Amino acid sequence: MGAVLEVVVNGAQARTRARTLAELLVELGYGGTKVATARNGDFVPLRKRDTVELSGGDTIEIVSPRQGG
Amino acid sequence: MTDTMANMKPDARRPAVGRDSLEVYGTGLGSRLFLGTAQYPSPQVLERAVKAAGVDVVTVSVRREGARDKGGQRFWELISGLGVRVLPNTAGCRTAREAIATAEMARELFDTDWVKVEVIANDDTLQPDLFGLVEATTTLVREGFKVFPYTTEDLGAAERLLAAGCQLLMPWGAPIGTGRGLANPYALRTLRNYFPGVPLIVDAGIGAPSHAAQAMEMGFDAVLLNTAVAKAGDPVAMAEAFGAAVRAGRTAFVAGMMEVRDMAAPSTPVAGTPFFDLK
Repeated sequence: MGAVLEVVVNGAQARTRARTLAELLVELGYGGTKVATARNGDFVPLRKRDTVELSGGDTIEIVSPRQGG
Repeated sequence: MTDTMANMKPDARRPAVGRDSLEVYGTGLGSRLFLGTAQYPSPQVLERAVKAAGVDVVTVSVRREGARDKGGQRFWELISGLGVRVLPNTAGCRTAREAIATAEMARELFDTDWVKVEVIANDDTLQPDLFGLVEATTTLVREGFKVFPYTTEDLGAAERLLAAGCQLLMPWGAPIGTGRGLANPYALRTLRNYFPGVPLIVDAGIGAPSHAAQAMEMGFDAVLLNTAVAKAGDPVAMAEAFGAAVRAGRTAFVAGMMEVRDMAAPSTPVAGTPFFDLK
């Protein structure tokens, strides 16, 4: 874990010591759940989550399957 | 207008009886009704409605998930148990970029390259942003997606979407959630006649089974709806009604309907009418 970063997760401000997106998911309690992610508007595939490093001000989306029309 | 369109009579598109199946992106479908999964009173009612409608494809979405919210997992387990194909949408996206990222997230979550691309232009009408739709579709087709584009009756947009690699189109019936039926039958008929060989699925605005039957009688290949079933007094019964209406409309199209006339024509034989000479 590194320095504290201010990021935005699903529209809400969050403080994290995670260095990567994968670490952020574990820190927030998403470990093992069926979610997909995006960082600053771009999709981040599952296989790249542990290599994508976070920066202060990053906007993260964490989504899961939902009802739709 | 091209000669093709001017010469195209509805019955020229009619398949031979017994050889009528819908194929989308190489996949044969038994049902011509696509059903949305949102707004049902409960997951149990959704499950029973899907079965009552007899559909092969349901639409789904992706939405933000809280760390302690297991709603996504529960919904995925419900859908997985239904044994139907899923068609993820990009509902709510306002730009091509949002739609592209949403489609990519949906492909990973649902493990399908099918995606219903929606790029919304206006809050009140929820009408498609055709420019954003073409832009998103062009990128997504290059990325290997099989795009189901939510569009209008616009012929120019249709041409661009097909040129981008779409193998089908999903024109709106009326704005999403209105239940108004086919708001512009003339434009829909033009689209149908202009692209006789392209699968066309009427999506959105369908409120009653008769609307769905009308679309099928006009030669559209399938119908996609959600609210009309989910918000019915009895969604399961309404799902069954829509399934029957779509089958009836399709059968009527295949059978070939009579021509509409302005003047009356007696159906009972005139020859041999009693007292005929006395008139």
